[in-house]
Amino acid sequence: MTIKKLMVAAGLAFAASASQAEPLNIGFVYVGPVGDAGWTYGHDAARKAVEEKFGDKVKTTYVESVAEGADSARVIRNLAQKGNELIFTTSFGYMNPTLKVARKFPKVKFEHATGYKQGKNVGNYMARAYQGRYLTGLVAGSMTESNTLGYVASFPIPEVVRGINAFTKGAREVNPDVKVKVIWISSWYDPAKEREAAETLMLQGADVLTQHTDSAAVIQAAEAKGKYAIGYHTDMSAYGKSAHLTSTIHNWAPLYIAKAEAVMNGTWESQSLWYGLKEGVTDIAPFNAAVPAEVRTLVEEKKAQIKAGELQVFAGPIKDQQGTERVKVNESLADDDLKGMNWHVEGVDSKLPEA
Amino acid sequence: MDIDLITNILYATIRTGTPLILIALGEMVCEKSGVLNLGQEGMLLVGAVIGFIAATVTGNLFIAVWFAIFAGMLMALLFGFLAISLASNQVATGLALTIFGTGLSAFLGSNYVGIGLDGMQPLAIPLLSDLPVIGKVLFQHDPLVYVALTLFALVFWLFKYSRLGLKIRAVGENPEAANAIGINVQLLRYAAVLFGGAMTGLAGAYLSLAYTPMWSEGMSAGRGWIALALVVFASWKAERILLGAYLFGFASILHLVLQGTRFEVPPNIMAMLPYVATIVVLVWLSSDAVKTRLSAPKSIGRPYRPMS
Amino acid sequence: MLKLEKRPSDSRLMAYLSPLIAILLTLLCGGILFVFLGHDPFAALHTFFIAPLTSVYGWTELGIKVAPLLLCAMGLTLCFRAKIWNIGAEGQFIMGALGGSIAALQFLDADSRWALVPILLAGTLSGLGWAALAAWLKTRFNANEILTTIMLNYVALNALLYGVHGPLKDPEGFNFPESALFADATLLPVFSDDYRLNISILFALLAMVAIWTLMARSWVGYQIRVLGEDAKAARYAGFKDKQLTWFALLACGALAGLAGVSEVTGPLGQLVPQVSPGYGYAAIIVVFLGRMQPLGILFASMLLALTYMGGEMVQMEMTLPKSLTGLFQGMLLFFLLATDFLIAYRLVWRRQPASHSTTASQA
Repeated sequence: MTIKKLMVAAGLAFAASASQAEPLNIGFVYVGPVGDAGWTYGHDAARKAVEEKFGDKVKTTYVESVAEGADSARVIRNLAQKGNELIFTTSFGYMNPTLKVARKFPKVKFEHATGYKQGKNVGNYMARAYQGRYLTGLVAGSMTESNTLGYVASFPIPEVVRGINAFTKGAREVNPDVKVKVIWISSWYDPAKEREAAETLMLQGADVLTQHTDSAAVIQAAEAKGKYAIGYHTDMSAYGKSAHLTSTIHNWAPLYIAKAEAVMNGTWESQSLWYGLKEGVTDIAPFNAAVPAEVRTLVEEKKAQIKAGELQVFAGPIKDQQGTERVKVNESLADDDLKGMNWHVEGVDSKLPEA
Repeated sequence: MDIDLITNILYATIRTGTPLILIALGEMVCEKSGVLNLGQEGMLLVGAVIGFIAATVTGNLFIAVWFAIFAGMLMALLFGFLAISLASNQVATGLALTIFGTGLSAFLGSNYVGIGLDGMQPLAIPLLSDLPVIGKVLFQHDPLVYVALTLFALVFWLFKYSRLGLKIRAVGENPEAANAIGINVQLLRYAAVLFGGAMTGLAGAYLSLAYTPMWSEGMSAGRGWIALALVVFASWKAERILLGAYLFGFASILHLVLQGTRFEVPPNIMAMLPYVATIVVLVWLSSDAVKTRLSAPKSIGRPYRPMS
Repeated sequence: MLKLEKRPSDSRLMAYLSPLIAILLTLLCGGILFVFLGHDPFAALHTFFIAPLTSVYGWTELGIKVAPLLLCAMGLTLCFRAKIWNIGAEGQFIMGALGGSIAALQFLDADSRWALVPILLAGTLSGLGWAALAAWLKTRFNANEILTTIMLNYVALNALLYGVHGPLKDPEGFNFPESALFADATLLPVFSDDYRLNISILFALLAMVAIWTLMARSWVGYQIRVLGEDAKAARYAGFKDKQLTWFALLACGALAGLAGVSEVTGPLGQLVPQVSPGYGYAAIIVVFLGRMQPLGILFASMLLALTYMGGEMVQMEMTLPKSLTGLFQGMLLFFLLATDFLIAYRLVWRRQPASHSTTASQA
């Protein structure tokens, strides 16, 4: 078939250009611009970490702002065709295109972020961001005076629901009177709308805010009103020097380095990875000076317990919003339940939109 | 609902409506002269990014606002040269401006994403801001909100009382006739288009310097198109633009406040409303000749070149 | 001094030459831009415009983008020729995708190819229905179609988002906003399993020939041309302008709808929120670039499709930003609109300004 010839030709051309070391070629597909200070920025930082770690042994290529429609399959395929042996596709919408392309390139390894499907040569990976959410919830619950926390959310997918629940759980552990109000803005990214949602939450009495959207508008809104806020994706302290308490951050570097190493050693296999605090993929940003020492100590303690596997965020007893017990004492939610989470824990003061 | 909540909703309404007022007023003047500029979104983004870059570089918000205005005017000049001097198709030229502006702003702004900026601070007007309710709702905003209201008054006066307003209308109704009575059609159209660019540039500055002081790609999120709908919704009348913009702002704030109550509306249905409302108004306006004559500029979208 | 002067009649030569001049000017400016970015302009332009087409695969991918552009553009030509400024191909495309997907989701267990027929029909009719709204508003209420179609685009977009976040969401999909994958039998047949190119390109070429014949040879086509050139004359001649308006808009809606349903049953295989990367708007550029002539439009849609692919290519090869695609498209259209002027006007050299040409009408 022609395609095989093309692949061989591409491979040869490639081998000729970099024959001396034969580095491992790794491709990255990003949904936003690399400088978005959010989701994509984190992935690109990890790409740089891979380059730093392996030096000449790897060569990375990235394509940014790839729309999640029909065009993404072409970008992924082009990367495969150009001799990349490991390709990371870093947004949910690339799931089906990645699987389609992967079938045509059985020798190339693909890794898709945040999805739920796997293939022979397609693994998927996610971050246990909810662990970070839980820790920041502890901070928020300690810092609130109004006992009302605000959460600006995008869409009611399990990832977001899990974050809200973990945050609420953390906050109520230190302060059982806390309520969390959620506003859904039906967009991943609309700074003006994010800001208005934040303002509305503050109107409703929230004095510590956080968000599961992509801009830092919520932090800015809190800063302007003299309230507190907790960032997401990256350390967002630049947007609110006094408001920003901490952020839940992603650090994909350990995962990317491990995967690159596995391909080099020929030990790569299709896995469904869910890394968190223990592996360093989820973490929290440095604290604001306003966070008292005892809160810091508590957070560090809990963090150490989670890392050591002694503490599960969703350990029972957990009641849902209606007061029904969902998790019994001495039990905790299994990963499969977490992956499909579609209910709110007690303490979330807003209704979950129709699933 | 308590009075504090209502006050705050109204306050947010004014803030949300402000960029729409600026863009829509500019576009209205432009359309009154018979030129339809569909490049609002492009000019808005370029205004926003240039304003933000200027603010980051100079550290002076006042200068940055002027840069944004100037950038909007430059974009409008490009449009004007093609659509007025070269009599190109206004629809195609406007769309090209939007595509170009979106690309250009992303290109210029790529190094300025993820930078924080101390944005414009609210400016409480002495005495007035101490009034109960009204003081909070109207007189504790950032300076650009007051600028927008001033510009509204200017445009209102322009078409209500001034000879210039009459001339612009004449050009928009029938450029040939206007030319025959000695009005410089091309010059007036250029002026109107440039005014539109300045207003949209200013609205861009409002977004990136006051409303959400940051730059990120596509941050206008379609506000240029909403403003375009607003002009029609307002049947080309300044006072109705003001009303329409606040109505829109009010509805979108209310939508957030009502979330989770039984008055909740699905967000996408909500997002449709301004466009559906605009179609309804347009139908109502177009349904009889008298209403049409009193509202829509007749020569809108039609290029004009004087014979030479 | 140099002066602009109206030609006695439009220049045929310039009509063909001006797109070429526009392309050359775009390349020139693009080259300069690349130099400023610190790249070899020739290598960069090569990567942008040539490299995507150096393989069979590249051409098939071009075909995937050309098909929707060409379908929308041919429909728009019909409207624009009649001076009906339909900006609504985007909304009609989206409605086609939406309607087609609703149908396709009823056939998730289908194993017969015949299931495609009702699906394609549903998509085509959805696009047609959406255009019918604009036609009704224009003929019944005299509402300006530029404005109504822009508004309808946004209504359509929100209808799509509502569907994909709500009732059409994959029940097994963990609430993620996309529909279930369509059954294999309900996907458009591809030419070879190695490529994604499917028979929608044939629909597009067929539409091109059909519209060409219609415009050049048929009585309806003649009436549309007259209506566009001189509406008064058309009415005087007894042409029914309302019927022609209906015809042009419905035909455009159907073609755009077909393009939409071909996208979901083609390269996507499911309904997603990002179903259109702006094909309906890009098609407007294509029509102007292609001078409303069938072959011109074919080349223009290829050129525009190439700017998307080239944008991806320079990103991958030279890590240049994605936004270059928009810059190139904008420049191309600006230059084209500017050089169009030379069709009706010419530059002449005059020693003295002729006094008789500056009459009262001089601006």
